[in-house]
Amino acid sequence: MIAIINYKMGNLQSVGNLLEYLGEEYVITDKKEEIAGADKIILPGVGAFTEAMKNLRELDLLDILKEEVLEKKKPFLGICLGMQILAEKGYEGGECDGLGFLKGEVRHFDLKDKKLPIPHVGWNTVKPKEGSILYGNDVRERVFYFVHSYHLICKDEEDVSGYADYGGNFVASVEKGNIFATQFHPEKSQDDGIEVFKNFLAYKSA
Amino acid sequence: MLKKRLIACLLLKDGQLVESIGFSRFLVVGNAIMAVKHFNAWGVDEIIFLDINREKNYDFERNDVYYDNTLKEFAEVIRYVSKSSFVPITAGGGIRSLDDIRKYLSAGADKVSINSAAIENLQIITEGAKRFGKQCLVVSVDAKKMPDGTHHVMKNFGKEDTGMNVVEWAKKAEEAGAGEIFLTSVDMDGSLQGYDIPLIKSVVEAVNIPVIASGGVGDWNHLVEGIELGGVAAVSVGNKFHFTEHSTMHAKKYMKEHGIDTR
Repeated sequence: MIAIINYKMGNLQSVGNLLEYLGEEYVITDKKEEIAGADKIILPGVGAFTEAMKNLRELDLLDILKEEVLEKKKPFLGICLGMQILAEKGYEGGECDGLGFLKGEVRHFDLKDKKLPIPHVGWNTVKPKEGSILYGNDVRERVFYFVHSYHLICKDEEDVSGYADYGGNFVASVEKGNIFATQFHPEKSQDDGIEVFKNFLAYKSA
Repeated sequence: MLKKRLIACLLLKDGQLVESIGFSRFLVVGNAIMAVKHFNAWGVDEIIFLDINREKNYDFERNDVYYDNTLKEFAEVIRYVSKSSFVPITAGGGIRSLDDIRKYLSAGADKVSINSAAIENLQIITEGAKRFGKQCLVVSVDAKKMPDGTHHVMKNFGKEDTGMNVVEWAKKAEEAGAGEIFLTSVDMDGSLQGYDIPLIKSVVEAVNIPVIASGGVGDWNHLVEGIELGGVAAVSVGNKFHFTEHSTMHAKKYMKEHGIDTR
């Protein structure tokens, strides 16, 4: 059973649709028992950083996430905003503390080429690093769907598992033990995205 | 680098997928659910799904067991078709409030397209951006060419001239928090004669958010023109896609052969 965390941030059904397509059981939930009872946790999300943290706090889900992910090492996948709030700090909607699962912060794109539109919307190439689990240890370039104006800046380079290029390299995905996260939307990226989901679903914590 | 996007634009009227000609004539071309499945299989990059129905009839008029003819509102249709779509879906048509936006997003849409409500009150974009993030707010603009060569924003399905200049309006929408502009030429819609390039170019140069060109594609070369001459981030095709088997595959092949970086 996979728990998709419902914290009122955007389109959760898409992730559910893909899990259903892959024949995986899931529940979209904000209940602690269901999160604790699940084998894996997915934190999707679109919207603003501050709003996301506020909602998680109001739903009283901060402690259970820390417990399940950091202590019990349950496999966790953050998507888009669900990746960004893993950082220590964000600036969308005012300066705000994140979950702090990863060292780093989330900043607005500051591109030299002012002609590049922001948000960064569309399909972009990702270069996976060697040894990545989400990409099945295959460094072949993939194409994923992105939609965001802010991006994660990691303090620990080894947390990054893939980069994309939009007026310069930025973090497309991270992997740190049982914690996985993507800036792109694998649930909206057709075959390459389905592969990422399959790799996450096949992963078992050591 | 970021690829140029090819978008299929689907119009739903009285439960049927239709082709639009100049915003005034509509021909039934098929079934929305099959179309979404096909476009996914054919590697389209995105789907814009607009409800132009004002009768609140969502009967697919199919007796096959696969179709649910009891759907009562567009959000239910989105929920239904999004199960077969693993590319982003933008839903629009009849959005009046933040609640409508929430309803469409929670039904499975990734973005919403807002037209009239933004013209009446831009607050819906400002507030929507705060609550849902600007990345999911597409402001749809219907543009008509004036005798002096400028373009005016039209409302009420392209029938009524608001008197507003398109370029000024696009800038205002960006400032309010729009994430993208979906720009349709009322004049070229259904003409198969190509995009209104001067229109597209004027908006692309004025804003720093992605612009999607719409209205007029009758030839794959029009897609190349939209990107190379118009400078858009994405090109949208409606009618032309409905009448060609494997349409998006052919379109992409053509774009690639002409130097456009697509997926």
